[in-house]
Amino acid sequence: MNTFLIDEAWVNLAYIVASVMFVLGLKGMAHPRTAVRGNLISAWGMLLAVVVTLLAEGLSYQWILVGALAGALVGAVVAVRVKMTQMPEMVALLNGFGGLASVLVAGTAFMITREPDVPMTVATGLSGLIGAVTFTGSLVAWGKLAGVIPGRQLGFRGLKAFNALLGLGVLGCVAWLTADPSSTAAYWIIVPASCVLGVTLTIPIGGADMPVVIALLNSYSGIAAAATGFVLMNNVLIIAGSLVGASGIILSQIMCKAMNRSLSHVLFGSLGPSAGGPSADQVYGGKVKSAGPEEVAMLFDTARRVLIVPGYGLAVSQAQHTVRDLTNLLEARGVKVEFGIHPVAGRMPGHMNVLLAEADIPYDRLKEMDEVNSEISQVDVCLVVGANDVVNPVARTDPQSPIAGMPIIDADKAHTVVVVKRSLSPGFAGIPNPLFAADNCLMMFGDGKKALVDLVAALKES
Amino acid sequence: MDALVAAVTVFVLAIFVGFEIITKVPPTLHTPLMSGSNAISGITLIGAVISTRVDNDALATVLAVAAVAFAMINVVGGYLVTHRMLGMFKRKG
Repeated sequence: MNTFLIDEAWVNLAYIVASVMFVLGLKGMAHPRTAVRGNLISAWGMLLAVVVTLLAEGLSYQWILVGALAGALVGAVVAVRVKMTQMPEMVALLNGFGGLASVLVAGTAFMITREPDVPMTVATGLSGLIGAVTFTGSLVAWGKLAGVIPGRQLGFRGLKAFNALLGLGVLGCVAWLTADPSSTAAYWIIVPASCVLGVTLTIPIGGADMPVVIALLNSYSGIAAAATGFVLMNNVLIIAGSLVGASGIILSQIMCKAMNRSLSHVLFGSLGPSAGGPSADQVYGGKVKSAGPEEVAMLFDTARRVLIVPGYGLAVSQAQHTVRDLTNLLEARGVKVEFGIHPVAGRMPGHMNVLLAEADIPYDRLKEMDEVNSEISQVDVCLVVGANDVVNPVARTDPQSPIAGMPIIDADKAHTVVVVKRSLSPGFAGIPNPLFAADNCLMMFGDGKKALVDLVAALKES
Repeated sequence: MDALVAAVTVFVLAIFVGFEIITKVPPTLHTPLMSGSNAISGITLIGAVISTRVDNDALATVLAVAAVAFAMINVVGGYLVTHRMLGMFKRKG
């Protein structure tokens, strides 16, 4: 479609170099030490790919500049100002914009190509479909994360049938487009219909499943880019898109495994209210012990080893810096402090790690679930901050429970457990947590940050 | 057709490479991995650039410029926020 100011072989060579740089960049993510450099290599690869592309003939440089400046400005401002607690929202939005860009690129390329062939038309249709689903699906995910849309499962009777029909209809339009590549109209039916589909597929998914959804949309945005690569027959788009697609798929599998659920169950199943199971009154009735900061401080005074288990509540109350103060205080007294991170703690993969890193907590203190569980019986005090379902022992004990079989951090097996939580309200699974009523558990009710500030003050006095 | 087969080959191999390298990323870095891969999926920027042509009609120009802008948000926003985040990961020291 395009001729270049230099021999096209050089352009394609530069694209291969850029692709290799993306691969090396992602490879750098294997360790925090090499990750910064990896990200820079990847960014240079992007610059290289863009610069050689600008050598194409017939480009409208002033319009490219307008779009690029606007996008760069928005991207830079958002990237610099976003709070670490808002990273899930930011990633959701970026996923969505990636999908939208694919829709626009495929649509434009299709419009300006005089005689599109069959592979191009199929790719255009799929690019429009996946890109548009990614776009509106991500907007819904963003809305749920930002609290603009209620986080619970929304929907209506027959939503699944509606989605199936709509999905088939869109695929029918792709077939129509393929049969008659001159029908640009079909593309502009595919896009809005897929936009609706993105909403109706995402809206029934509850807040607890957001890590899976974001990872999956991340994957879709990559696959949409790869589909756009097939529209333009451009290798670097195909390679980069596939890398991102693979990354998102792997992350969503990890998240699903950490919740003991299948991907299809997250996407299409509904977590009904748990039938049967004991009520909150039966579990908690008279057995919950509440403690104030002084009492908890006394526990820490005699502790040798402390494990902190953070959950989404930590992000909500912005308590990461106070947790750091507590950690420093305890360490100054010779206490060994470690963090147990459940894979689905927070609203996106690795959310807790970023928050704790922001508070200057060294990453080698953050331990994975399996590692902390093997040593948990030696922990004197396990401090649970704003986590619920990921420490619910019911997952181990009650095969009827909605979270049965979900791997959890065995906080209940620590010598003493202190839970910082606003109230006894259930987590996303909607079930009571017998840990809170256990003999070795003390509840410290209150906002995460405030409770920890009080605790730090009490510790300093003791 | 040859071009399509070549493109599919590249696609399949790239997915395998992706699986191999991403499985080695530790959970600690999963959030930067996602924002970093957001930036990489901004590669649609080059598709957007190549579609912004002088001989486009008004509609195609609007669509192409919007595509450049959204892809650019991904590229700049993605790489910058990833850089910012990764700078926070420190060892004990």
